[in-house]
Amino acid sequence: MSGEAWNPTERPGTGPSDGLVLRLGAKAMIPFVGLFALYVQFHGDYGPGGGFQAGVVFASIFVLYSLVYGSAAAKRVLPPKVAGACAALGVVIYLGVGYATMALGAEFLDYDVLAHDPTDGQHYGILLVELGVLVTVFGAMASIFYAVVSWRTERAGHAEGELLAAAAPGANTGTRASTGGEEPA
Amino acid sequence: MTIEVVNVIILVLLAVTAAAIIRMRSLYAAVMLAGIYSLLSAGLFVALDAVDVAFTEAAVGAGISTVLMLATLSIVGGRSKRPENRPWIPLLVVLAIGATLIYGTIDIPPFGDPDNPVHHHVADRYLEESYEEIHIPNVVTSVLASYRGYDTMGEVTVIFAATVGVLLILGRGRRRPQVGPDEDGFAPGSGRGESGEGST
Repeated sequence: MSGEAWNPTERPGTGPSDGLVLRLGAKAMIPFVGLFALYVQFHGDYGPGGGFQAGVVFASIFVLYSLVYGSAAAKRVLPPKVAGACAALGVVIYLGVGYATMALGAEFLDYDVLAHDPTDGQHYGILLVELGVLVTVFGAMASIFYAVVSWRTERAGHAEGELLAAAAPGANTGTRASTGGEEPA
Repeated sequence: MTIEVVNVIILVLLAVTAAAIIRMRSLYAAVMLAGIYSLLSAGLFVALDAVDVAFTEAAVGAGISTVLMLATLSIVGGRSKRPENRPWIPLLVVLAIGATLIYGTIDIPPFGDPDNPVHHHVADRYLEESYEEIHIPNVVTSVLASYRGYDTMGEVTVIFAATVGVLLILGRGRRRPQVGPDEDGFAPGSGRGESGEGST
């Protein structure tokens, strides 16, 4: 079914695309996607949305960029190290809010003490906590995407033979045993 | 009345999609159908007035999960093997459990009834007092980030832990010293490096 349409030598997310429309379209869309992510993040108090959704939308920028321009280009913009650090940083922000409220004399994650007016404190607390969620979700999604996309390019020959055999059954018989040898990479 | 029609249509489409996923041998098609399934679920959540959940389902379930599953399939291959025997006993177990669950739904309070216990445990207080206490119009956000801040902290930690798990299994590709790209094919199990990045 997918044998014809899907060419394993052009893995999605690894190599740059030749399509001019794709490249320009993606580049034109990225700022709007980022703006939408920020809208989702900061409008979460008034409508549907919040850190989880915004983090995913934000990570999708790098998925899109990776699909069109290749993962190497995406990694120059957002190195995997940074993405992994973001995943950890969000948890630190969240816990930090909790410890800050404790330091100010309230219970863990009781935002009332973050400002003079308890409702303002709640506002600040929710804003910071949602920021932590955003950063973790964004970092987690980008890290997992990078990890999965980078896996096979790094061990090219082995898995590609397997994939050719699996994806194009008509081409060269799907024997998994001979995967290592028949692919010169 | 209209909402019932919409619900029935979405539920029928969900059942058809699920059946199609089961029958599908090509995993790529199955993943795309799973994305469609998520999108239909998001529609169902909108019909149930749960827009926050619908948004998450559309973004996570239909969006990024599909991308990650497709990328995973490019590692593991795109076709499922035909099972060697017909697994009758698992089918019986599944049918028995499904029948038990359906039997259990008989005792569930009527769908959409405002007197249901779930609407009166803490929901009343959230709906009536959360604006006074927090000044945020979207009750979902108040509950998620303030009243149940512990839960959300746990969720964030789970996401972080999942990332750590994936990175530990797949690696991040910077443990091996630089090796020429032509050597990659002959040393599949020896480690990982950035050298082959983007070369295909």
